[in-house]
Amino acid sequence: MSEQELRVSKIENGTVIDHIAGGQALNVLAILDIDGSRGEVVSVGINVPSDRLGRKDVVKVEDRELSQSEVDVLSLIAPAATINIIRDYEVTEKHRVERPGAVTGVLNCANPNCITNENEPVASSFAVLDDGVRCIYCDTIIRDNIAQHIGGT
Amino acid sequence: MRHDHITSAKQLSREDILTVLDRASEIAADPESVSKKYQGSLLGLLFFEPSTRTKMSFSAAMKRLGGDIVDMGPVDHSSVKKGESLADTARVVEGYADALVMRHPSEGSAQMASEFVDVPLINAGDGAGQHPTQTLLDLYTIRENAGLDDLTIGIMGDLKYGRTVHSLAHALTNFETRQHFISPETLKLPRSVRYDLHDGGTEIKTHTNIEGILPELDVLYVTRIQEERFPDKSEYREVAGQYQIDAELLAQASDDLTVMHPLPRVDEIATDVDKTEHATYFEQAHNGVPVRMALLDLLLGETNE
Repeated sequence: MSEQELRVSKIENGTVIDHIAGGQALNVLAILDIDGSRGEVVSVGINVPSDRLGRKDVVKVEDRELSQSEVDVLSLIAPAATINIIRDYEVTEKHRVERPGAVTGVLNCANPNCITNENEPVASSFAVLDDGVRCIYCDTIIRDNIAQHIGGT
Repeated sequence: MRHDHITSAKQLSREDILTVLDRASEIAADPESVSKKYQGSLLGLLFFEPSTRTKMSFSAAMKRLGGDIVDMGPVDHSSVKKGESLADTARVVEGYADALVMRHPSEGSAQMASEFVDVPLINAGDGAGQHPTQTLLDLYTIRENAGLDDLTIGIMGDLKYGRTVHSLAHALTNFETRQHFISPETLKLPRSVRYDLHDGGTEIKTHTNIEGILPELDVLYVTRIQEERFPDKSEYREVAGQYQIDAELLAQASDDLTVMHPLPRVDEIATDVDKTEHATYFEQAHNGVPVRMALLDLLLGETNE
């Protein structure tokens, strides 16, 4: 049994998000809107030793299979993340996150004067660039610290 | 032209722009030809911020097309004061008019409002974002005075918060232009506009003063340093008044230099420039009527077809 599995035990069914950059696990949960309020069992490993990343985070969500479109948004903060779908303790699907064309309702616009930051019935929406995201309403580009803008409207 | 809404100059292709400008030239040459064309049509005006030129020239344009306007009036007297959302206001007012013209202090407001209405919505300024119809009349004025291709233009003043600048810079990427941006470091073009200009392969240069580049320019587009756009008033006081031109300075410019300004000016163009051949800003303001008539004709005509 490897060191990682000793720290966070195997799950029977659900999703394992692996190879998250060290320290980003809680942002991953925030971006996926997973806070345990629906009763799901969530295990989080932070700064787990990794051959590939040095240190990595791991998130295991039991009894929930995250779809590709749900997890692609993670590419903004965890581009090396891998997604493992677990059924009956076995990995049945394994894939990487891919950069989506757009993300909606996930990030708050960094521009305080953007209409999406007002009390209007509209979700924030960003086009995904090679090196950041761009608000489709006010054109503001966010390149750095994208995780700070997680929240969505 | 196939657009339901005009929210940003970014959406306008070279062909779109030339279609509007050509139509504006036709209308300017023969305004009688369209003077009754839109009898019974109504243009809704939603101005959440003060406006003189834009609002009056849209009103004049619609009336000279034979139509009329319905005006929300000042925000203080509207249901916005009671806390109504912009989305709701837009949805209500679209039932009263055949097209809407909107100015709002928040960036992205026109794009958002356009998602809630079926009638054409025209952005007349969204915060420090875009002002595409100003750009169309600017381009009309540039074409009349200097031509749109093989153009060297200097854009000076508040490049950060100036929505007319953002729209003009985007639209000029459709033409063969060399764009020079003259501003203090604190008011340089926003990252998003620079991103688009680089993306469009436009040759741009930035300067912190006008003197060196002035003799090369065909057009100098001056903008006001806008106090209301500064969250920090001390920043405003620091830069205000630094970017001014007068007749003496313009002696160094080409005889053919066209000086433009979206107006209102405060003191960035001295009144002694008004008497020179360079001064084109009042003509520019007057061009708002035929250009907006042309735009309304193209949008309403499409709706009527």
